[in-house]
Amino acid sequence: MLDATEGYTTEDGRKIGGVVMEMHNITLRFGGVVAIKDISFDIREGEIRAIIGPNGAGKSSMLNVISGFYNPQEGEVWYKGAKRPPMKPYQVARQGIARTFQNIALFDGMSVLDNIMTGRIRQMQAGLLAQALWKGKAEQEEVENREAVEKIIDFLEIQYIRKTPVGRLPYGLKKRVELARALAAEPSILLLDEPMAGMNVEEKEDMSRFILDVNDEFGTTIALIEHDMGVVMDLSDRVVVMDYGKKIGDGSPDEVRNNQAVIDAYLGVAHD
Amino acid sequence: MPEQLIWGMEVFLNGLMAGVLYALVALGFVLIFKASGIFNFSQGVMALFAALTLVGIMEGQVPFSHLINAVFGTEVHHFGWHVPALAAILLTMVVMVALAWLVNHFIFRHLVGQEPIILFMATIGLAYFLEGFGDMMWGSDIKKLDVGLPQGINGTIDEVTYNIFGYGFFIDNLDIMATLVAALLVAALVVFAQYSKHGRAMRAVADDHQAALSVGISLNFIWVMVWSLAGFVALVAGIMWGTKSGVQFSLSLIALKALPVLMLGGFTSIPGAIVGGLIIGVGEKLFEFIIGPMVGGATENWFAYVLALIFLVFRPQGLFGEKIIERV
Repeated sequence: MLDATEGYTTEDGRKIGGVVMEMHNITLRFGGVVAIKDISFDIREGEIRAIIGPNGAGKSSMLNVISGFYNPQEGEVWYKGAKRPPMKPYQVARQGIARTFQNIALFDGMSVLDNIMTGRIRQMQAGLLAQALWKGKAEQEEVENREAVEKIIDFLEIQYIRKTPVGRLPYGLKKRVELARALAAEPSILLLDEPMAGMNVEEKEDMSRFILDVNDEFGTTIALIEHDMGVVMDLSDRVVVMDYGKKIGDGSPDEVRNNQAVIDAYLGVAHD
Repeated sequence: MPEQLIWGMEVFLNGLMAGVLYALVALGFVLIFKASGIFNFSQGVMALFAALTLVGIMEGQVPFSHLINAVFGTEVHHFGWHVPALAAILLTMVVMVALAWLVNHFIFRHLVGQEPIILFMATIGLAYFLEGFGDMMWGSDIKKLDVGLPQGINGTIDEVTYNIFGYGFFIDNLDIMATLVAALLVAALVVFAQYSKHGRAMRAVADDHQAALSVGISLNFIWVMVWSLAGFVALVAGIMWGTKSGVQFSLSLIALKALPVLMLGGFTSIPGAIVGGLIIGVGEKLFEFIIGPMVGGATENWFAYVLALIFLVFRPQGLFGEKIIERV
Protein backbone atom coordinates (compact mmCIF):
# COMPACT_ATOMS: atom_id res chain seq x y z
CA MET A 1 0.00 0.00 0.00
CA LEU A 2 1.29 3.44 -0.94
CA ASP A 3 1.68 6.33 1.48
CA ALA A 4 -0.74 9.26 0.98
CA THR A 5 2.02 11.70 0.09
CA GLU A 6 4.08 9.31 -2.05
CA GLY A 7 3.70 9.14 -5.78
CA TYR A 8 4.46 6.51 -8.39
CA THR A 9 5.02 6.22 -12.10
CA THR A 10 2.64 4.28 -14.30
CA GLU A 11 3.67 1.70 -16.88
CA ASP A 12 3.25 4.24 -19.67
CA GLY A 13 5.47 6.70 -17.83
CA ARG A 14 2.96 9.18 -16.38
CA LYS A 15 3.71 10.54 -12.93
CA ILE A 16 1.00 10.04 -10.32
CA GLY A 17 1.28 12.26 -7.24
CA GLY A 18 0.01 12.12 -3.66
CA VAL A 19 -3.59 12.04 -2.50
CA VAL A 20 -5.49 15.21 -3.43
CA MET A 21 -8.94 14.17 -2.23
CA GLU A 22 -10.10 11.68 0.35
CA MET A 23 -13.60 10.51 1.14
CA HIS A 24 -13.91 9.17 4.68
CA ASN A 25 -16.87 6.94 5.56
CA ILE A 26 -19.37 8.92 3.51
CA THR A 27 -23.04 8.16 4.13
CA LEU A 28 -25.76 9.98 2.20
CA ARG A 29 -29.45 9.52 2.89
CA PHE A 30 -32.58 10.86 1.24
CA GLY A 31 -35.19 10.42 3.94
CA GLY A 32 -35.26 6.67 4.49
CA VAL A 33 -33.33 5.81 1.34
CA VAL A 34 -29.62 5.26 1.79
CA ALA A 35 -27.93 6.32 -1.45
CA ILE A 36 -24.35 5.94 -0.25
CA LYS A 37 -23.36 3.76 2.68
CA ASP A 38 -20.09 4.21 4.50
CA ILE A 39 -17.81 4.63 1.50
CA SER A 40 -14.15 5.63 1.66
CA PHE A 41 -11.70 6.10 -1.18
CA ASP A 42 -9.12 8.58 -2.37
CA ILE A 43 -8.10 10.34 -5.55
CA ARG A 44 -4.45 10.90 -6.40
CA GLU A 45 -3.00 13.81 -8.27
CA GLY A 46 -2.67 13.22 -12.00
CA GLU A 47 -4.55 9.94 -12.14
CA ILE A 48 -7.70 8.93 -13.94
CA ARG A 49 -9.97 7.52 -11.30
CA ALA A 50 -13.19 5.80 -12.28
CA ILE A 51 -16.27 5.11 -10.24
CA ILE A 52 -18.32 2.35 -11.79
CA GLY A 53 -21.32 0.30 -10.88
CA PRO A 54 -24.69 -0.84 -12.20
CA ASN A 55 -27.60 1.62 -12.52
CA GLY A 56 -28.74 2.98 -9.19
CA ALA A 57 -25.51 2.07 -7.44
CA GLY A 58 -25.05 5.62 -6.14
CA LYS A 59 -22.31 6.76 -8.53
CA SER A 60 -23.94 10.05 -9.44
CA SER A 61 -24.74 10.72 -5.79
CA MET A 62 -21.06 10.25 -5.01
CA LEU A 63 -20.10 12.74 -7.72
CA ASN A 64 -22.64 15.18 -6.35
CA VAL A 65 -21.10 14.83 -2.89
CA ILE A 66 -17.64 15.61 -4.29
CA SER A 67 -18.93 18.65 -6.21
CA GLY A 68 -20.96 19.94 -3.27
CA PHE A 69 -24.43 19.51 -4.79
CA TYR A 70 -25.22 17.08 -1.92
CA ASN A 71 -23.86 17.29 1.59
CA PRO A 72 -23.47 13.85 3.21
CA GLN A 73 -25.06 13.19 6.61
CA GLU A 74 -22.00 11.33 7.83
CA GLY A 75 -18.36 11.21 6.89
CA GLU A 76 -15.69 13.68 5.95
CA VAL A 77 -14.36 15.06 2.71
CA TRP A 78 -10.67 15.96 2.75
CA TYR A 79 -9.34 18.14 -0.04
CA LYS A 80 -5.68 19.09 -0.42
CA GLY A 81 -4.89 17.96 3.10
CA ALA A 82 -7.68 19.86 4.87
CA LYS A 83 -11.12 18.79 6.00
CA ARG A 84 -13.76 20.49 3.88
CA PRO A 85 -16.69 22.06 5.74
CA PRO A 86 -20.18 21.75 4.18
CA MET A 87 -20.13 23.97 1.11
CA LYS A 88 -22.36 25.31 -1.62
CA PRO A 89 -21.66 23.96 -5.13
CA TYR A 90 -20.33 27.31 -6.36
CA GLN A 91 -17.84 27.43 -3.49
CA VAL A 92 -16.59 23.95 -4.34
CA ALA A 93 -16.24 25.02 -7.97
CA ARG A 94 -14.15 28.00 -6.91
CA GLN A 95 -11.82 25.67 -5.01
CA GLY A 96 -10.92 24.13 -8.33
CA ILE A 97 -13.31 21.20 -8.72
CA ALA A 98 -14.98 21.37 -12.12
CA ARG A 99 -17.60 18.99 -13.41
CA THR A 100 -19.79 17.94 -16.29
CA PHE A 101 -23.31 16.55 -16.08
CA GLN A 102 -24.80 13.28 -17.25
CA ASN A 103 -27.55 15.04 -19.19
CA ILE A 104 -25.51 18.10 -20.17
CA ALA A 105 -26.00 21.42 -18.44
CA LEU A 106 -24.86 24.12 -20.84
CA PHE A 107 -26.12 27.65 -21.43
CA ASP A 108 -28.15 26.98 -24.58
CA GLY A 109 -28.71 30.61 -25.50
CA MET A 110 -25.03 31.53 -25.38
CA SER A 111 -22.31 30.87 -27.97
CA VAL A 112 -19.75 28.09 -27.53
CA LEU A 113 -17.11 30.72 -26.79
CA ASP A 114 -19.22 32.43 -24.10
CA ASN A 115 -20.08 29.08 -22.54
CA ILE A 116 -16.41 28.21 -22.20
CA MET A 117 -15.61 31.73 -20.93
CA THR A 118 -17.99 31.18 -18.00
CA GLY A 119 -15.62 28.40 -16.97
CA ARG A 120 -12.92 31.03 -16.37
CA ILE A 121 -14.83 32.75 -13.57
CA ARG A 122 -12.41 31.33 -11.03
CA GLN A 123 -9.49 33.00 -12.81
CA MET A 124 -11.15 36.39 -13.18
CA GLN A 125 -10.66 38.62 -10.17
CA ALA A 126 -11.84 42.06 -11.31
CA GLY A 127 -14.65 43.40 -9.15
CA LEU A 128 -18.11 44.42 -10.22
CA LEU A 129 -17.30 48.12 -10.31
CA ALA A 130 -14.19 47.66 -12.44
CA GLN A 131 -16.23 45.48 -14.76
CA ALA A 132 -19.02 47.99 -15.01
CA LEU A 133 -16.55 50.72 -15.87
CA TRP A 134 -14.56 48.37 -18.15
CA LYS A 135 -11.23 49.72 -17.15
CA GLY A 136 -7.64 48.56 -16.92
CA LYS A 137 -7.57 45.33 -15.02
CA ALA A 138 -10.93 44.04 -16.19
CA GLU A 139 -10.06 44.57 -19.83
CA GLN A 140 -6.64 43.01 -19.53
CA GLU A 141 -8.14 40.05 -17.68
CA GLU A 142 -10.74 39.53 -20.38
CA VAL A 143 -8.03 39.40 -23.05
CA GLU A 144 -5.81 36.99 -21.10
CA ASN A 145 -8.65 34.63 -20.31
CA ARG A 146 -9.85 34.76 -23.87
CA GLU A 147 -6.43 33.50 -24.96
CA ALA A 148 -6.56 30.61 -22.51
CA VAL A 149 -10.02 29.69 -23.78
CA GLU A 150 -8.88 29.77 -27.40
CA LYS A 151 -6.17 27.24 -26.53
CA ILE A 152 -8.75 24.88 -25.09
CA ILE A 153 -10.96 25.36 -28.14
CA ASP A 154 -8.02 24.40 -30.36
CA PHE A 155 -7.19 21.45 -28.17
CA LEU A 156 -10.70 19.99 -28.33
CA GLU A 157 -10.99 20.77 -32.06
CA ILE A 158 -14.12 22.91 -31.87
CA GLN A 159 -12.81 26.06 -33.61
CA TYR A 160 -15.41 25.82 -36.35
CA ILE A 161 -18.33 26.17 -33.95
CA ARG A 162 -16.91 28.92 -31.74
CA LYS A 163 -19.69 31.42 -32.43
CA THR A 164 -22.57 28.94 -32.70
CA PRO A 165 -25.24 29.06 -29.99
CA VAL A 166 -24.88 25.84 -28.02
CA GLY A 167 -28.58 25.01 -28.33
CA ARG A 168 -28.09 24.27 -32.04
CA LEU A 169 -25.28 21.73 -31.62
CA PRO A 170 -25.68 17.95 -31.86
CA TYR A 171 -25.39 15.87 -28.70
CA GLY A 172 -21.80 14.72 -29.12
CA LEU A 173 -20.48 18.23 -29.66
CA LYS A 174 -22.43 19.53 -26.68
CA LYS A 175 -20.65 16.98 -24.52
CA ARG A 176 -17.34 18.23 -25.87
CA VAL A 177 -18.24 21.88 -25.18
CA GLU A 178 -19.19 20.94 -21.65
CA LEU A 179 -15.79 19.28 -21.23
CA ALA A 180 -14.16 22.43 -22.61
CA ARG A 181 -16.00 24.62 -20.11
CA ALA A 182 -14.93 22.43 -17.20
CA LEU A 183 -11.37 22.37 -18.52
CA ALA A 184 -11.31 26.16 -18.84
CA ALA A 185 -11.38 26.39 -15.06
CA GLU A 186 -7.94 24.69 -14.97
CA PRO A 187 -9.37 22.41 -12.28
CA SER A 188 -7.41 20.49 -9.67
CA ILE A 189 -9.96 17.74 -10.09
CA LEU A 190 -12.12 17.28 -13.17
CA LEU A 191 -15.33 15.33 -12.53
CA LEU A 192 -16.99 13.70 -15.52
CA ASP A 193 -20.49 12.31 -15.07
CA GLU A 194 -20.96 9.58 -17.70
CA PRO A 195 -18.95 11.39 -20.41
CA MET A 196 -19.76 8.63 -22.93
CA ALA A 197 -23.48 8.22 -22.18
CA GLY A 198 -25.68 8.20 -25.27
CA MET A 199 -22.79 8.33 -27.74
CA ASN A 200 -22.13 6.17 -30.77
CA VAL A 201 -18.89 4.19 -31.08
CA GLU A 202 -17.06 6.87 -33.02
CA GLU A 203 -18.02 9.61 -30.56
CA LYS A 204 -17.01 7.37 -27.67
CA GLU A 205 -13.57 6.86 -29.20
CA ASP A 206 -13.19 10.61 -29.71
CA MET A 207 -14.18 11.32 -26.12
CA SER A 208 -11.83 8.64 -24.76
CA ARG A 209 -8.99 10.16 -26.74
CA PHE A 210 -9.77 13.64 -25.40
CA ILE A 211 -9.92 12.41 -21.81
CA LEU A 212 -6.53 10.71 -22.17
CA ASP A 213 -5.07 13.75 -23.95
CA VAL A 214 -6.33 16.15 -21.27
CA ASN A 215 -4.79 14.02 -18.56
CA ASP A 216 -1.56 13.62 -20.49
CA GLU A 217 -1.16 17.20 -21.71
CA PHE A 218 -2.29 19.20 -18.66
CA GLY A 219 -1.72 16.55 -15.99
CA THR A 220 -5.34 17.06 -14.91
CA THR A 221 -6.66 14.75 -12.21
CA ILE A 222 -9.83 13.17 -13.55
CA ALA A 223 -12.56 11.33 -11.69
CA LEU A 224 -15.19 9.85 -13.95
CA ILE A 225 -18.35 7.84 -13.68
CA GLU A 226 -19.27 5.24 -16.27
CA HIS A 227 -21.32 2.14 -16.45
CA ASP A 228 -19.71 0.98 -19.70
CA MET A 229 -17.06 -1.36 -18.25
CA GLY A 230 -15.01 -1.66 -21.44
CA VAL A 231 -14.37 2.05 -21.77
CA VAL A 232 -13.45 2.45 -18.13
CA MET A 233 -10.96 -0.37 -18.01
CA ASP A 234 -9.02 1.08 -20.95
CA LEU A 235 -8.99 4.61 -19.56
CA SER A 236 -8.46 4.52 -15.87
CA ASP A 237 -5.57 3.97 -13.49
CA ARG A 238 -7.72 2.90 -10.56
CA VAL A 239 -11.36 1.97 -10.26
CA VAL A 240 -13.89 2.11 -7.43
CA VAL A 241 -16.84 -0.24 -7.87
CA MET A 242 -20.15 0.54 -6.19
CA ASP A 243 -23.30 -1.52 -5.86
CA TYR A 244 -26.44 -0.62 -3.92
CA GLY A 245 -24.64 2.32 -2.31
CA LYS A 246 -21.76 0.22 -1.02
CA LYS A 247 -18.18 -0.10 -2.18
CA ILE A 248 -17.54 -3.62 -3.42
CA GLY A 249 -14.18 -3.15 -5.05
CA ASP A 250 -11.26 -0.75 -5.38
CA GLY A 251 -8.02 -1.12 -7.30
CA SER A 252 -6.40 -1.30 -10.71
CA PRO A 253 -8.60 -2.34 -13.65
CA ASP A 254 -7.09 -5.83 -13.60
CA GLU A 255 -7.70 -6.32 -9.88
CA VAL A 256 -11.27 -5.13 -10.23
CA ARG A 257 -11.92 -7.31 -13.26
CA ASN A 258 -10.98 -10.40 -11.30
CA ASN A 259 -12.86 -9.42 -8.14
CA GLN A 260 -15.64 -11.97 -7.46
CA ALA A 261 -18.01 -9.42 -5.87
CA VAL A 262 -17.69 -7.18 -8.94
CA ILE A 263 -18.34 -10.06 -11.33
CA ASP A 264 -21.42 -11.00 -9.30
CA ALA A 265 -22.75 -7.44 -9.32
CA TYR A 266 -22.39 -7.07 -13.07
CA LEU A 267 -23.30 -10.57 -14.26
CA GLY A 268 -25.63 -11.58 -11.46
CA VAL A 269 -25.24 -14.57 -9.14
CA ALA A 270 -26.99 -17.88 -9.45
CA HIS A 271 -29.21 -18.47 -6.45
CA ASP A 272 -29.63 -22.11 -5.69
CA MET B 1 -44.06 73.23 -46.86
CA PRO B 2 -47.59 72.90 -45.49
CA GLU B 3 -48.03 73.84 -41.86
CA GLN B 4 -49.61 70.52 -40.95
CA LEU B 5 -46.52 68.62 -42.07
CA ILE B 6 -44.17 70.84 -40.10
CA TRP B 7 -46.29 70.47 -36.97
CA GLY B 8 -46.38 66.74 -37.63
CA MET B 9 -42.58 66.66 -37.62
CA GLU B 10 -42.49 68.48 -34.30
CA VAL B 11 -45.02 66.05 -32.85
CA PHE B 12 -42.93 63.17 -34.18
CA LEU B 13 -39.78 64.44 -32.45
CA ASN B 14 -41.63 65.03 -29.20
CA GLY B 15 -43.07 61.52 -29.49
CA LEU B 16 -39.56 60.09 -29.79
CA MET B 17 -38.53 61.89 -26.61
CA ALA B 18 -41.60 60.72 -24.70
CA GLY B 19 -40.90 57.21 -25.96
CA VAL B 20 -37.45 57.30 -24.43
CA LEU B 21 -38.99 57.84 -21.01
CA TYR B 22 -41.33 54.86 -21.48
CA ALA B 23 -38.36 52.82 -22.62
CA LEU B 24 -36.43 53.66 -19.47
CA VAL B 25 -39.09 52.01 -17.33
CA ALA B 26 -39.47 49.07 -19.71
CA LEU B 27 -35.72 48.51 -19.53
CA GLY B 28 -35.93 47.71 -15.81
CA PHE B 29 -38.61 45.08 -16.52
CA VAL B 30 -36.52 43.43 -19.22
CA LEU B 31 -33.41 43.21 -17.04
CA ILE B 32 -35.09 41.29 -14.26
CA PHE B 33 -37.22 39.18 -16.59
CA LYS B 34 -34.20 38.11 -18.62
CA ALA B 35 -32.07 37.17 -15.66
CA SER B 36 -34.60 35.53 -13.37
CA GLY B 37 -37.85 35.00 -15.26
CA ILE B 38 -39.63 37.27 -12.81
CA PHE B 39 -42.05 39.78 -14.26
CA ASN B 40 -41.42 42.60 -11.82
CA PHE B 41 -44.68 44.48 -11.39
CA SER B 42 -43.01 46.76 -8.84
CA GLN B 43 -40.59 48.34 -11.34
CA GLY B 44 -42.69 51.51 -11.55
CA VAL B 45 -42.94 51.78 -7.77
CA MET B 46 -39.18 51.28 -7.56
CA ALA B 47 -38.78 54.34 -9.80
CA LEU B 48 -41.11 56.28 -7.50
CA PHE B 49 -39.31 55.07 -4.40
CA ALA B 50 -35.93 56.01 -5.88
CA ALA B 51 -37.18 59.50 -6.76
CA LEU B 52 -38.73 59.96 -3.30
CA THR B 53 -35.51 58.89 -1.62
CA LEU B 54 -33.44 61.17 -3.82
CA VAL B 55 -35.58 64.21 -3.03
CA GLY B 56 -35.67 63.26 0.65
CA ILE B 57 -31.89 63.05 0.87
CA MET B 58 -31.32 66.23 -1.13
CA GLU B 59 -33.74 68.22 1.02
CA GLY B 60 -32.38 66.75 4.25
CA GLN B 61 -35.79 65.34 5.15
CA VAL B 62 -35.97 63.16 8.27
CA PRO B 63 -37.13 59.70 7.21
CA PHE B 64 -40.27 58.43 8.98
CA SER B 65 -40.78 61.90 10.45
CA HIS B 66 -44.57 61.48 10.64
CA LEU B 67 -44.17 58.23 12.51
CA ILE B 68 -41.50 59.63 14.84
CA ASN B 69 -43.55 62.74 15.59
CA ALA B 70 -46.70 60.73 16.23
CA VAL B 71 -44.98 58.28 18.58
CA PHE B 72 -42.70 60.64 20.50
CA GLY B 73 -44.73 63.83 20.21
CA THR B 74 -41.76 65.61 18.65
CA GLU B 75 -41.77 68.09 15.79
CA VAL B 76 -38.86 67.00 13.57
CA HIS B 77 -39.13 67.33 9.81
CA HIS B 78 -35.79 68.39 8.42
CA PHE B 79 -32.18 67.93 9.38
CA GLY B 80 -31.59 71.43 8.13
CA TRP B 81 -28.96 70.59 5.54
CA HIS B 82 -28.99 70.22 1.78
CA VAL B 83 -27.05 67.48 0.07
CA PRO B 84 -25.55 68.22 -3.38
CA ALA B 85 -27.31 66.37 -6.22
CA LEU B 86 -24.45 64.07 -7.16
CA ALA B 87 -23.83 62.92 -3.58
CA ALA B 88 -27.56 62.41 -3.09
CA ILE B 89 -27.75 60.28 -6.24
CA LEU B 90 -24.91 58.10 -4.98
CA LEU B 91 -26.56 57.75 -1.58
CA THR B 92 -29.86 56.85 -3.24
CA MET B 93 -28.05 54.18 -5.23
CA VAL B 94 -26.75 52.74 -1.97
CA VAL B 95 -30.35 52.60 -0.73
CA MET B 96 -31.44 50.86 -3.95
CA VAL B 97 -28.69 48.25 -3.60
CA ALA B 98 -29.76 47.64 0.00
CA LEU B 99 -33.33 47.28 -1.23
CA ALA B 100 -32.16 44.77 -3.85
CA TRP B 101 -30.45 42.72 -1.18
CA LEU B 102 -33.50 42.80 1.10
CA VAL B 103 -35.86 41.84 -1.73
CA ASN B 104 -33.71 38.87 -2.67
CA HIS B 105 -32.97 37.81 0.89
CA PHE B 106 -36.50 37.96 2.24
CA ILE B 107 -38.64 37.19 -0.81
CA PHE B 108 -37.22 35.72 -3.98
CA ARG B 109 -34.50 33.52 -2.51
CA HIS B 110 -37.30 31.49 -0.97
CA LEU B 111 -39.33 31.28 -4.15
CA VAL B 112 -36.71 29.72 -6.43
CA GLY B 113 -38.28 27.24 -8.82
CA GLN B 114 -41.84 28.39 -8.17
CA GLU B 115 -44.40 29.00 -10.91
CA PRO B 116 -44.08 32.35 -12.75
CA ILE B 117 -47.52 33.40 -11.50
CA ILE B 118 -46.38 33.01 -7.88
CA LEU B 119 -43.29 35.14 -8.53
CA PHE B 120 -45.53 37.69 -10.24
CA MET B 121 -47.88 37.81 -7.25
CA ALA B 122 -44.88 38.36 -5.00
CA THR B 123 -43.84 41.39 -7.05
CA ILE B 124 -47.39 42.80 -6.78
CA GLY B 125 -47.09 42.43 -3.03
CA LEU B 126 -43.70 44.10 -3.17
CA ALA B 127 -45.18 46.97 -5.21
CA TYR B 128 -47.86 47.68 -2.61
CA PHE B 129 -45.44 47.33 0.26
CA LEU B 130 -42.93 49.67 -1.35
CA GLU B 131 -45.59 52.26 -2.12
CA GLY B 132 -46.77 52.27 1.49
CA PHE B 133 -43.23 52.20 2.80
CA GLY B 134 -42.22 55.13 0.59
CA ASP B 135 -45.23 57.06 1.85
CA MET B 136 -44.38 56.31 5.49
CA MET B 137 -40.71 57.14 5.01
CA TRP B 138 -40.92 60.36 2.99
CA GLY B 139 -44.55 61.56 3.17
CA SER B 140 -47.16 61.68 0.42
CA ASP B 141 -47.01 65.30 -0.75
CA ILE B 142 -45.92 66.16 -4.28
CA LYS B 143 -42.26 67.17 -4.33
CA LYS B 144 -40.19 69.12 -6.76
CA LEU B 145 -37.06 67.40 -8.00
CA ASP B 146 -34.21 69.45 -9.43
CA VAL B 147 -30.84 67.78 -9.83
CA GLY B 148 -29.61 70.52 -12.14
CA LEU B 149 -30.77 68.98 -15.43
CA PRO B 150 -31.45 71.60 -18.11
CA GLN B 151 -35.12 72.27 -18.67
CA GLY B 152 -37.27 74.34 -20.98
CA ILE B 153 -37.20 75.00 -24.71
CA ASN B 154 -33.97 74.28 -26.54
CA GLY B 155 -32.94 77.60 -28.11
CA THR B 156 -30.70 76.19 -30.83
CA ILE B 157 -33.29 73.81 -32.22
CA ASP B 158 -35.89 76.57 -32.04
CA GLU B 159 -33.64 78.92 -34.01
CA VAL B 160 -32.43 76.43 -36.60
CA THR B 161 -35.91 75.12 -37.36
CA TYR B 162 -37.22 78.69 -37.51
CA ASN B 163 -34.64 79.56 -40.13
CA ILE B 164 -35.50 76.48 -42.21
CA PHE B 165 -39.27 76.20 -41.88
CA GLY B 166 -40.21 79.60 -40.61
CA TYR B 167 -41.54 77.88 -37.53
CA GLY B 168 -39.51 77.09 -34.40
CA PHE B 169 -39.88 73.56 -32.97
CA PHE B 170 -40.53 73.28 -29.26
CA ILE B 171 -38.20 70.57 -27.96
CA ASP B 172 -37.63 70.34 -24.22
CA ASN B 173 -34.00 70.29 -23.08
CA LEU B 174 -34.91 67.70 -20.46
CA ASP B 175 -36.19 65.35 -23.15
CA ILE B 176 -32.95 65.69 -25.09
CA MET B 177 -31.06 64.94 -21.89
CA ALA B 178 -33.23 61.90 -21.21
CA THR B 179 -32.55 60.61 -24.71
CA LEU B 180 -28.80 60.94 -24.28
CA VAL B 181 -28.88 59.28 -20.87
CA ALA B 182 -31.06 56.42 -22.12
CA ALA B 183 -28.78 55.83 -25.11
CA LEU B 184 -25.73 55.73 -22.83
CA LEU B 185 -27.49 53.44 -20.38
CA VAL B 186 -28.53 50.95 -23.03
CA ALA B 187 -25.09 50.90 -24.63
CA ALA B 188 -23.49 50.34 -21.23
CA LEU B 189 -25.92 47.56 -20.32
CA VAL B 190 -25.44 45.74 -23.61
CA VAL B 191 -21.65 45.92 -23.37
CA PHE B 192 -21.80 44.80 -19.73
CA ALA B 193 -24.03 41.81 -20.51
CA GLN B 194 -22.05 40.69 -23.55
CA TYR B 195 -18.43 41.28 -22.66
CA SER B 196 -17.90 41.14 -18.91
CA LYS B 197 -17.54 38.33 -16.42
CA HIS B 198 -20.58 39.33 -14.38
CA GLY B 199 -22.63 40.02 -17.49
CA ARG B 200 -21.87 36.54 -18.75
CA ALA B 201 -22.64 35.12 -15.33
CA MET B 202 -25.98 36.95 -15.44
CA ARG B 203 -26.88 35.36 -18.77
CA ALA B 204 -25.63 32.01 -17.51
CA VAL B 205 -27.90 32.12 -14.45
CA ALA B 206 -30.84 33.02 -16.68
CA ASP B 207 -30.10 29.96 -18.78
CA ASP B 208 -29.36 27.13 -16.33
CA HIS B 209 -29.04 27.29 -12.53
CA GLN B 210 -27.20 24.00 -12.08
CA ALA B 211 -24.66 24.68 -14.78
CA ALA B 212 -24.08 28.16 -13.35
CA LEU B 213 -23.40 26.70 -9.91
CA SER B 214 -20.99 24.16 -11.35
CA VAL B 215 -18.73 26.84 -12.81
CA GLY B 216 -18.66 28.78 -9.54
CA ILE B 217 -21.40 31.37 -9.94
CA SER B 218 -23.26 32.34 -6.77
CA LEU B 219 -26.93 32.60 -7.70
CA ASN B 220 -27.75 34.94 -4.82
CA PHE B 221 -24.98 37.33 -5.79
CA ILE B 222 -26.23 37.50 -9.37
CA TRP B 223 -29.83 38.02 -8.27
CA VAL B 224 -28.87 40.87 -5.95
CA MET B 225 -26.78 42.33 -8.76
CA VAL B 226 -29.68 42.18 -11.21
CA TRP B 227 -32.11 43.76 -8.75
CA SER B 228 -29.53 46.47 -8.07
CA LEU B 229 -29.21 47.11 -11.80
CA ALA B 230 -32.99 47.33 -12.04
CA GLY B 231 -32.85 49.72 -9.05
CA PHE B 232 -30.31 51.84 -10.91
CA VAL B 233 -32.48 51.95 -14.02
CA ALA B 234 -35.44 52.81 -11.77
CA LEU B 235 -33.43 55.65 -10.27
CA VAL B 236 -32.61 57.07 -13.70
CA ALA B 237 -36.26 56.77 -14.76
CA GLY B 238 -37.32 58.31 -11.44
CA ILE B 239 -35.01 61.29 -11.93
CA MET B 240 -36.27 61.93 -15.47
CA TRP B 241 -39.98 61.53 -14.67
CA GLY B 242 -39.66 63.31 -11.34
CA THR B 243 -37.94 66.31 -12.92
CA LYS B 244 -40.54 66.42 -15.66
CA SER B 245 -43.72 66.13 -13.65
CA GLY B 246 -42.78 66.28 -9.97
CA VAL B 247 -42.29 63.36 -7.61
CA GLN B 248 -45.80 62.12 -6.89
CA PHE B 249 -47.43 58.78 -6.29
CA SER B 250 -49.05 58.67 -9.73
CA LEU B 251 -45.49 58.10 -10.94
CA SER B 252 -45.91 54.42 -10.11
CA LEU B 253 -48.60 54.25 -12.80
CA ILE B 254 -46.05 54.81 -15.55
CA ALA B 255 -45.28 51.15 -15.03
CA LEU B 256 -48.59 50.45 -16.75
CA LYS B 257 -47.40 52.32 -19.83
CA ALA B 258 -44.35 50.09 -19.88
CA LEU B 259 -46.53 47.02 -20.44
CA PRO B 260 -47.53 47.83 -24.03
CA VAL B 261 -43.92 48.84 -24.65
CA LEU B 262 -42.81 45.37 -23.57
CA MET B 263 -45.46 43.63 -25.66
CA LEU B 264 -44.19 45.49 -28.71
CA GLY B 265 -40.50 45.09 -28.05
CA GLY B 266 -40.52 41.64 -26.49
CA PHE B 267 -39.95 40.84 -22.85
CA THR B 268 -36.41 39.57 -23.29
CA SER B 269 -34.77 42.18 -25.49
CA ILE B 270 -32.96 45.28 -24.27
CA PRO B 271 -32.96 46.95 -27.72
CA GLY B 272 -36.59 45.82 -27.99
CA ALA B 273 -37.53 47.87 -24.93
CA ILE B 274 -36.05 50.95 -26.57
CA VAL B 275 -37.62 50.44 -29.99
CA GLY B 276 -40.96 49.53 -28.38
CA GLY B 277 -40.84 52.69 -26.27
CA LEU B 278 -40.09 54.87 -29.30
CA ILE B 279 -42.89 53.32 -31.35
CA ILE B 280 -45.41 53.81 -28.55
CA GLY B 281 -44.21 57.36 -27.88
CA VAL B 282 -44.29 58.44 -31.53
CA GLY B 283 -47.42 56.41 -32.26
CA GLU B 284 -49.54 57.91 -29.53
CA LYS B 285 -48.42 61.49 -30.23
CA LEU B 286 -48.99 61.24 -33.98
CA PHE B 287 -52.29 59.41 -33.50
CA GLU B 288 -53.47 62.15 -31.16
CA PHE B 289 -52.33 64.79 -33.65
CA ILE B 290 -53.93 63.24 -36.75
CA ILE B 291 -56.89 61.18 -35.53
CA GLY B 292 -57.43 62.84 -32.16
CA PRO B 293 -59.41 65.85 -33.41
CA MET B 294 -61.79 63.54 -35.33
CA VAL B 295 -62.74 61.46 -32.28
CA GLY B 296 -62.70 64.16 -29.66
CA GLY B 297 -59.11 63.73 -28.40
CA ALA B 298 -57.73 61.96 -25.32
CA THR B 299 -56.49 59.09 -27.47
CA GLU B 300 -53.18 58.99 -25.60
CA ASN B 301 -54.89 57.16 -22.77
CA TRP B 302 -55.75 54.09 -24.80
CA PHE B 303 -53.71 54.11 -28.00
CA ALA B 304 -50.74 52.21 -26.55
CA TYR B 305 -52.94 49.43 -25.19
CA VAL B 306 -54.84 48.93 -28.42
CA LEU B 307 -51.56 48.75 -30.32
CA ALA B 308 -50.32 46.15 -27.83
CA LEU B 309 -53.52 44.14 -28.30
CA ILE B 310 -53.02 44.10 -32.05
CA PHE B 311 -49.47 42.89 -31.52
CA LEU B 312 -50.64 40.15 -29.18
CA VAL B 313 -52.85 38.80 -31.94
CA PHE B 314 -50.33 38.87 -34.78
CA ARG B 315 -46.91 38.66 -33.13
CA PRO B 316 -47.20 37.54 -29.52
CA GLN B 317 -43.43 37.37 -28.94
CA GLY B 318 -43.05 41.05 -29.82
CA LEU B 319 -40.66 42.52 -32.37
CA PHE B 320 -37.45 41.30 -30.78
CA GLY B 321 -38.56 38.62 -28.30
CA GLU B 322 -37.59 34.98 -28.54
CA LYS B 323 -40.08 32.99 -30.49
CA ILE B 324 -41.86 30.48 -28.31
CA ILE B 325 -41.91 27.10 -29.99
CA GLU B 326 -43.38 24.12 -28.19
CA ARG B 327 -42.30 20.72 -29.36
CA VAL B 328 -45.02 18.13 -29.48
